[in-house]
Amino acid sequence: MNRVARLLQIRRKSGRWHWTDIAAYSYLALGVVLMFGPVLWLVLSSFKTQAGLLEFPPSLLPMSQREVAVAGFPQPLPLFSATLDDGSTRVLAQVRRIGIVAQMVDPENPAQQFRIPIDKRIPVREFKLATENYTEPLERFAFTRFLGNSVFVTVVATLITLLINSMAAYALSIYEFKGKNAAMLMVVGTLMIPITIILVPVYLVITKLGLVNSLWAVILPGAATPTGVFLLRQYMLTLPRDLIEAARMDKASEWQIYWRIVMPLAMPALAVLAIFSIMWRWNEFLWPLAVLTKTEVHTLQIGLNAFQGELQTQWHYLLAMTVATLAPVALVFVFLQRFITTGIANTGMK
Amino acid sequence: MRLVDWPMRGLQRLLGERRMAYVFLLPNLVFFSLFVFLPLIINVVFSVTGGAALFPSERPYVGGGQYAYLFDCGSFVDPGSCREDHFWRGVANTLRFTVFQVVAMVLFSLVTAVVLNMRIRGRGFFRAVYFFPVLLSPVVVALIWKWILQRDGLLNAGLTALGGQKILFFIDPGWAMFWAVFVSIWAHMGFYTLILLAGLQAIPADLYEAAEMDATPRWRAFWRITLPLLWPNLIVVIVLALIRGVQTFDEVFVLTGGGPGTATLMVVQYIYETAFSNQVQNFGLAAAASVVLGIVLFGLTLAQLAASRRRSA
Repeated sequence: MNRVARLLQIRRKSGRWHWTDIAAYSYLALGVVLMFGPVLWLVLSSFKTQAGLLEFPPSLLPMSQREVAVAGFPQPLPLFSATLDDGSTRVLAQVRRIGIVAQMVDPENPAQQFRIPIDKRIPVREFKLATENYTEPLERFAFTRFLGNSVFVTVVATLITLLINSMAAYALSIYEFKGKNAAMLMVVGTLMIPITIILVPVYLVITKLGLVNSLWAVILPGAATPTGVFLLRQYMLTLPRDLIEAARMDKASEWQIYWRIVMPLAMPALAVLAIFSIMWRWNEFLWPLAVLTKTEVHTLQIGLNAFQGELQTQWHYLLAMTVATLAPVALVFVFLQRFITTGIANTGMK
Repeated sequence: MRLVDWPMRGLQRLLGERRMAYVFLLPNLVFFSLFVFLPLIINVVFSVTGGAALFPSERPYVGGGQYAYLFDCGSFVDPGSCREDHFWRGVANTLRFTVFQVVAMVLFSLVTAVVLNMRIRGRGFFRAVYFFPVLLSPVVVALIWKWILQRDGLLNAGLTALGGQKILFFIDPGWAMFWAVFVSIWAHMGFYTLILLAGLQAIPADLYEAAEMDATPRWRAFWRITLPLLWPNLIVVIVLALIRGVQTFDEVFVLTGGGPGTATLMVVQYIYETAFSNQVQNFGLAAAASVVLGIVLFGLTLAQLAASRRRSA
């Protein structure tokens, strides 16, 4: 709160509020609501029960009707606050509803029965997190499988990307060789070729390699990213040449120079590329959708998309799974926010 | 890494120090040739063949048949008059989507960048607020908004609370397109804001101080100093947003499924469905459509290169 108060006291040098300050802070406040609000709403909604999700207008917090076990009834009964004929109100449990009349009992004294018109009772609600939205999909659907597939694709693809792109960047930054310009041109030329325009022939290549419905079909095509080569090369160009010459004098092989000297020094650039690769791979949708048709190889993103078709009425699972899909990215962002934004601003890549 | 080092040493003895560059380049080139270069060629080959087979050797040559089929229109103003009307509806929708999206994207990211560049407490926090949706996957973004915009969703609750009527956003073609554009901007604005912010921060502060000394009004300083100096970054933003707009698929596909009807069907969705949907697997037609798309994207890329060259010059 203190910070908020301080925030409100800040003004321009002149010490007076200029109208632009007020406009700016209002704009930012609106921005916070508009950018964070939808995600917050998703997370709150994901903890609502199935009945809670159907409520209209929706309640802000995950509230659900309190239920109580009453002696003599096998199922827990929903609690209502009912207004009796004499005007007094009592907390009663509903046994069943017949038309517009509810048959209710006193939870303390089940023998005492009441017949209450349904508009004379209000549900007793309590704050309750429906964590079963998260736990049940684990048992009922292939959610863990999708999660495993996504993790596998992300990790393996990122490792391959880092390895082959850093090797190429090393070649393009340290050596002078015939065809270097042609190689550079190839890298630049592919910068802007999206998978969308070569969707069909890449599919053919994958089929020829016998990789349809294998996770490798997702991992391999995007492994050599021109942006990655570019970023790493720019960084490696700044490394001192003397170091490499000294290593050569000490009879280090070229591979050793790459692996033992250049790679550790290029760590900051490698870290940026790793973060990007993880994001790209975790979020990838169109290509996996085209090449992975069997459910057991689905990644989270296509699994989620398939769910929303199948589970039209099961928003409670869908929302929970959406939150689970976004959580890792959100965590990465919270910890590496500064790093990511400066990385993007400097390299213009995404 | 001893295991790798030993054969590498052998290779080096064989090739010499300098030619080891090729060894380092090789894995990348293999991937590149296999998944970019070769497909680019096959794509053109595909686009002049017909039939349902996947392997080029089994596909009959049809010359410009696929292109002729795509461009077989009574009138190019009316997609309904074309034989392949879905392609042209996709083109029209993509154009409309891209134009709206680029205009709104430039406007909002410019305002946001200017505000974030002011003397504001908590700048890092606000920058993060606008940026974090960039990291979310298109599927997640679409599902978040689908949940808010559904019939009994949050937005309709707000509307009825204000005394209005519920609106079925995904049944009404105009609303569906509006939300497609809106959601795309919501998801990507942070990225463009960041590019503009970097440009704003590169503008020397003494220019503004001089303007202040001359008692120049702030809006005038914005018009005369900020905009001209930010112009190169603005061009980059415009071109990148154009390229992204033309390629749009994921978010809109999950959000609306291309509907209602074909109101938000994009070119890429058309290509994907022509090639991979179960009823018709027409690889030749999809390839022809993607060659057309590729030519458009190539043009936009050239524009971007020209723009960035001017920036560095």
